[in-house]
Amino acid sequence: MTSELDIFVGNTTLIDEDVYRLWLDGYSVSDAVALRVRSGILEQTGATAAVLQSDTMDHYRTFHMLERLLHAPPKLLHQLIFQIPPSRQALLIERYYAFDEAFVREVLGKKLSKGTKKDLDDISTKTGITLKSCRRQFDNFKRVFKVVEEMRGSLVDNIQQHFLLSDRLSRDYAAIVFFANNRFETGKKKLQYLSFGDFAFCAELMIQNWTLGAVGEAPTDPDSQVDDMDVDLDKEFLQDLKELKVLVADKDLLDLHKSLVCTTLRGKLTVFSEMEANFKNLSRGLVNVAAKLTHNKDVRDLFVDLVEKFVEPCRSDHWPLADVRLFLNQYSASVHSLDGFRHQALWDRYMGTLRGCLLRLYHD
Amino acid sequence: MPGKLKVKIVAGRHLPVMDRASDLTDAFVEVKFGNTTFKTDVYLKSLNPQWNSEWFKFEVDDEDLQDEPLQITVLDHDTYSANDAIGKVYIDIDPLLYSEAATVISGWFPIYDTIHGIRGEINVIVKVDLFNDLNRFRQSSCGVKFFCTTSIPKCYRAVIIHGFVEELVVNEDPEYQWIDRIRTPRASNEARQRLISLMSGELQRKIGLKVLEMRGNAVVGYLQCFDLEGESGLVVRAIGTACTLDKLSSPAAFLPACNSPSKEMKESPLVHPPSHGCRSTHNSPIHTATGSRLTQNFSVSVPTLIYTGMGSGSAGKEGGPFKALLRQQTQSALEQREFPFFTLTAFPPGFLVHVGGVVSARSVKLLDRIHNPDEPETRDAWWAEIRQEIKSHAKALGCHAVVGYSESTSICEEVCILSASGTAAVLNPRFLQDGTLEGCLEQRLEENLPVGCGFCHIPYDELNMPFPAHLTYCYNCRKQKVPDVLFTTIDLPTDATVVGKGCLIQARLCRLKKKAQAEANATAISNLLPFMEYEVHTQLMNKLKLKGMNALFGLRIQITVGENMLMGLASATGVYLAALPTPGGIQIAGKTPNDGSYEQHISHMQKKINDTIAKNKELYEINPPETSEELIGSPIPEPRQHSRLLRSQSESSDEVTELDLSHGKKDAFVLEIDDTDALEDVHSLLTDVPPPPGFYSCNTEIMPGINNWTSEIQMFTSVRVTRLSSLNLTNQALNKNFNDLCENLLKSLYFKLRSMIPCCLCHVNFTVSLPEDELIQVTVTAVAITFDKNQALQTTKTHVEKSLQRASTDNEELLQFPLELCSDSIPSHPFPPAKAVTVEKASPMGEGNFRNRSAPPCANSTVGVVKMTPLSFIPGAKITKYLGIINMFFIRETTSLREEGGVSGFLHAFIAEVFAMVRAHVAALGGNAVVSYIMKQCVFMENPNKNQAQCLINVSGDAVVFVRESDLEVVSTQHPTANCQPLCAGGEVTT
Repeated sequence: MTSELDIFVGNTTLIDEDVYRLWLDGYSVSDAVALRVRSGILEQTGATAAVLQSDTMDHYRTFHMLERLLHAPPKLLHQLIFQIPPSRQALLIERYYAFDEAFVREVLGKKLSKGTKKDLDDISTKTGITLKSCRRQFDNFKRVFKVVEEMRGSLVDNIQQHFLLSDRLSRDYAAIVFFANNRFETGKKKLQYLSFGDFAFCAELMIQNWTLGAVGEAPTDPDSQVDDMDVDLDKEFLQDLKELKVLVADKDLLDLHKSLVCTTLRGKLTVFSEMEANFKNLSRGLVNVAAKLTHNKDVRDLFVDLVEKFVEPCRSDHWPLADVRLFLNQYSASVHSLDGFRHQALWDRYMGTLRGCLLRLYHD
Repeated sequence: MPGKLKVKIVAGRHLPVMDRASDLTDAFVEVKFGNTTFKTDVYLKSLNPQWNSEWFKFEVDDEDLQDEPLQITVLDHDTYSANDAIGKVYIDIDPLLYSEAATVISGWFPIYDTIHGIRGEINVIVKVDLFNDLNRFRQSSCGVKFFCTTSIPKCYRAVIIHGFVEELVVNEDPEYQWIDRIRTPRASNEARQRLISLMSGELQRKIGLKVLEMRGNAVVGYLQCFDLEGESGLVVRAIGTACTLDKLSSPAAFLPACNSPSKEMKESPLVHPPSHGCRSTHNSPIHTATGSRLTQNFSVSVPTLIYTGMGSGSAGKEGGPFKALLRQQTQSALEQREFPFFTLTAFPPGFLVHVGGVVSARSVKLLDRIHNPDEPETRDAWWAEIRQEIKSHAKALGCHAVVGYSESTSICEEVCILSASGTAAVLNPRFLQDGTLEGCLEQRLEENLPVGCGFCHIPYDELNMPFPAHLTYCYNCRKQKVPDVLFTTIDLPTDATVVGKGCLIQARLCRLKKKAQAEANATAISNLLPFMEYEVHTQLMNKLKLKGMNALFGLRIQITVGENMLMGLASATGVYLAALPTPGGIQIAGKTPNDGSYEQHISHMQKKINDTIAKNKELYEINPPETSEELIGSPIPEPRQHSRLLRSQSESSDEVTELDLSHGKKDAFVLEIDDTDALEDVHSLLTDVPPPPGFYSCNTEIMPGINNWTSEIQMFTSVRVTRLSSLNLTNQALNKNFNDLCENLLKSLYFKLRSMIPCCLCHVNFTVSLPEDELIQVTVTAVAITFDKNQALQTTKTHVEKSLQRASTDNEELLQFPLELCSDSIPSHPFPPAKAVTVEKASPMGEGNFRNRSAPPCANSTVGVVKMTPLSFIPGAKITKYLGIINMFFIRETTSLREEGGVSGFLHAFIAEVFAMVRAHVAALGGNAVVSYIMKQCVFMENPNKNQAQCLINVSGDAVVFVRESDLEVVSTQHPTANCQPLCAGGEVTT
C-alpha cells in the first residue's frame, strides 16, 4: 500500500519553523526526516516515521510554492493564494534572506556573476553548507544587488522597501551590495581573520562618508549620471585624495606632524617608542592608500593595504587597542595644526572613516 | 426589463508575462453577461494595468440575473495573431439580488485559467439596480435567501419552517460531446465550468420559485450536488428546507450595516396563510415515470432500531392527552406535505419533540442517456421513490417527520447508487404552520416536557414495537421510556444532558465484487448492500460500546461503488446521554469451548476489551451518577416476543429486505468468534488508536463537554490517494488497508495541528471515492479549534445550573411572545462572551489578531483575513450579516504533471487556489468569513504516462460578516441602551 497522493492544505498556511530551517539549509526530504527523527520529535508526539515523512513533504511543497513569492517579498504580502499572518510573513522573508557567515565571507566582494556561481561547488565543500543553500544565498545576494544597484536614494532604505527585511538584515545586504559593486578583495589569506561583521561595519562607514549620497545633496537634475548615490564611491573625492600626498612627500610637513603627535602622546602610550620609530612608515602607508584610490585596482585592494600597511606593523609591535585609538585620534587631529596643509576637510572625510575602519579591523 | 447590471473594471495586478520579447503584457478585458459583451481598452505594456473603465451596463431580466454568472475574461492583445486568453473570473451576482445581503461586489479577484491556475488578480466593481416587478407569473425568485447552514442562521428568527424543497436539472456534459474531439481541453473545461455555473443558477431560481409558492422567503440547509454521470449527462440537484425567516434587529442595533428595518418589512412579511400549496412543490408527476432501463430497483432500507416513544400506551399520565392532541395536529400539518423532510440538523428550542432512529434507503440504478433534458422524469422518479421509502420508514417508527435529511449518489461507469438518510422525528407543530395552535395547550406541554431528555423518549407504541429494543425508564425524568442506544443524523440538541466528552467513531468496510456489466453488475451490488449495511452497523455498535457511550449523532454512512469493490464509511460522534442507560460491556464467546489454549486466548482478548472500555471511560470522562436498578422502575417487557412479532410482520409484508440490526441483550453484548473474520473484527476494534492527549474529534458542530473555545481556528482539507497492490486483494487485506489509510490520515492531522493543543477537530468530514481500479481516495475537511484547558473542567458541573437557567429564560420568552425563536438566544451557546477576553491572547497561528500585531516591514498588507469554517458559527464572534451563498465550481488540468510537482504538487496548488478564490469572493462581498463551508466534490483523475491530470472541485458555504465578541462588548458598553444584552450575554455572566 503506497500513498500516491498525500496533501494537507489549511485555510491559514501552516508554517513549521523547524522544517523551514531544514528546507532553507538545503536538506533533502529524507535528510530532513532523519534529522527530525534525531531531534526526538517522534517520542514527544507519539507520531510515526510515516507521519513525519508526510508532514515534511507537505511543508517542503508549501515552501517550494512560496519560494517564487519570496523572490519579490512585496508579492507575498499582496498575493491571495496563501493566507499567512503578517508576523509569519515577516519570519518567512527574514529567514529566507538570512545567510551563513561562512558563506558570505567566501563571496563578499566578488562579482555576483555566473562565474562565481560555478565556484559554489567548491564553497559548499569548503564550508559544509549544502550546495542548495549556497545557491539560495548567492541568488539572494544577486537578486538584491540587481534590484537596488541602479536605484537612487539610501541603499538601506531601498533594500528595506523592496525586500521588507529587518533593519539589521537590510544593513548587512547594503554591505554585501556595496562590496560586490566595488569588488573589494576580502579573500586574501591575511584577511581571513576578519569577520563579515568587520567588513559590514567598514562598509557602513564608507557608505555614510565616501559615496555621493554622503555629500548630503541630492542631485537636482534627476537624469544626472549620479543615479546610484550610495553604491559607488565618490569619484571626485577619490581624485582629490591625491592632494593628501603632500603630508608624506613634504619632509618638513611629515616631521612637523610627527613631532606634534609625539609631543601629545608622550607618556600616554605603552608603545611610545615603537610608535615614534614607526611613525613615518605608518603615515606613509595611510596616506599612500588614499593617494592610490584613484585606480579601481587599488580600491579593490583597500583592505589588503590597510592590513598590510597599518594593522600588521602595529600588531607585530603588540600595540594595545587603546594605544591604537589614541594614536589614530591624535594622528588625525594634529593635521589641523599643520599650517601649510590646506586640505583639512578632505583629510577629515578620509581619516574619519579610515580611523573607524582601522579600529574595527585591529584585532587578532 | 426588471434589472440593470453595472460592471466597472478598475485594474489588474501581478499579470503573467505574455510577451517574452518585452517581458510585459498588453492586457484588455471582456465583460460578458448573457449574450452581451463589452470590452475595455488595451492597456499597453504593463503587468499592473489600470483600465479604470466606464460602467458597462447590461439590461436584463431578473430571471437571467439569477441564472447567468458574470463572466470576465482577461486577454493579451496581439496585433498579428489571435489574442491570448490570460484567464477568467466568474462572479455569481445572486447575493446582490436580495436587499439584506451585499449591495456591491468590489474587490480583487484571482484571474483563473484551467491550465495555469491563478494568474494575477483583477479589481472589479459590480452593482445591480432592481426594479420592482409585480408580475405574478414571473419566473424569477429574486429575494429568496439561500443558506448552506443547516440550522436557523444566527441573527434570524424562524417564523415558520415550511419544509422540504427539491429540484434537479439535467444537461449533456460538454466533456462527452462530439465537439470535444476537436476542441482543446481548455475550451472544453471552460464550457463545463460555464454550464455548471448556469445550471446551479437555474436550479437555485427554480427552488426559489417553490419557496415563494410556499410563501417562504428563505431556504436553509441548502445542499446542491453534481452527478457526473459521464455519457448519460450531468445532473445538478438540490434539496433544502423552506422557511420564513425574520431578521432580528436588536443584536445589530449598534451596527448600522444591518440596520435596515424598512427593507426587512417588505422582505419578510410576517403574515403567512397556512401553506396548503406545498403539494405543488414537486412539479413533475412522480409515479408515472417508468424509466427506460430501470432494471435493478432494489431498495435496501435499514431503519436503525431505536425509536422514541410517545405512543399512546407508554405516554406519561398527565402528558398523554395533550400529546395525543399534539400528535394529531402535527400529523395533519405534516400530512399536507408530500415529504415531511427537513435538511436541518440543529433546531430552535422546542422544535424537536422526540427523535426516532436513523432511516435510510438506497437504490441501485443503471444510468441511461437523458433523452430530453427539459423533462428529467427518470431522475425525478428515482428520487421520489427513495423519498417515499424514507417516509414510510419514518412512519413505521411512529414519526411523521424526517430531520437531518440528506441525499447522495455514488457513480461508477453506468451504475449509480442513490442514497438518502435522515432521522425520524416527532416535531412541534407550532413552527410548521401559522400559529393557530399555540395557546394553553402549548404551554402546558412545555411545562411537562422534561429538560434535556425529552427528545430521547420513544415515539412509538411500546407494545407494538416495529423492532426489538430494550426500553427502560428515562434515567433523567424516570417517567418515559427510552431505548438503550440512540442513532441519529442530527447534531446534538443544545439542551441534551451529556456526561463527559464525545468522540469521533468510524466504521470502515470494503467488499470485493466481481467486475460485471450492466444488469449483472447492478444485481451484484444490490446483493452486497444489505450485508455492508449490517456490518457497518455492527462495527458502529461495537465501537460505541467500546467507548462506553450510548448514542451517535451526525451519523453519515457513505457507500462508494468502484469497478471491483464497494467501500462503506460511517462517521458519527459518540456521546453518553444521561437519559439513556449505561451501556453494557462486550463479551467474547468462542465456538470451541474445549480447546484450552483457545479459551486462554479468548479470555486474554476479553481482558483487553474490558481494559479498553475502562480506559476510554476515563479518557472521555464518562462517570455517570450511580443509580441502582430498582430506582429506575419496572424492567422492560420481554423483548423477544416483540422481535418475533416484528419478523412475522415484515415477512408478510411486501417490504424488501428489512434488516434486524438489534444486538443481543443489554448488558451482555456478545461477540461470537466463530471464524477468522470475526477474529479480525475484534482485532480491528482494538487497533483504533485514541487521539493523542489534548486532542478531541467529532463530526458534529460542537463537541459535547467542551464549551470554552478560543477564537483560534484552522480549517483544512487533506486528500490521500492510495494504490492497492493487486496481488493481495482479499476482503481482509482491503479492510486493513482502508483502516490504515483512515487511521494514518487522522494521525497525520493530529501531528500537523499539534501546535493548537488543547484542541478539537470539529465537523470532521470524510469522503471516499474509488477513482480507478486499485485507487482509494479519501478527502477530509474539518476545522481545528483551540479551547482553553483551564476552564475545561467545570463543564459538567455547570450543566445542571444552565438547564435551570434555560428553563426560566424559556418561560420568559414564552410569556413575551410565543413564537420567539431566536437561535442566538439559546442560553447554552458554547461561547460565553465573558470568555472572549482570554481569547485575545491567541498564539501566533491565530488568524484573529492580525491588526493588533505590529510587524513593521509587513504592516502595509492589503489582504484582509477571511476565515473559513465548516461550522455554522465562529468561536468568540457574532455573525452580524449573511451576504449570500457561495457556490463555486472549478476545473483544473495540467499537461505537465511532473513539472508541477507530481500529483501532490498539482492538487495542493489547486486546493490552495480554490481557497483563495472563495476568500476573494467573500472579501469582495464585504465579508470576513465563510461558515458552513463544504467541499462537496473533489474528483481527481490522473494519467501519469501522459504526464496529465485533471481535477474538479465544488465548494459552497455562506459568506458572512462577523464581529468579535470582545469588540461587541466595547461597543455595547458605549451604548448601554442597546438591548442586545439579554440575548448575547444571557445568564452566563451571572454564573
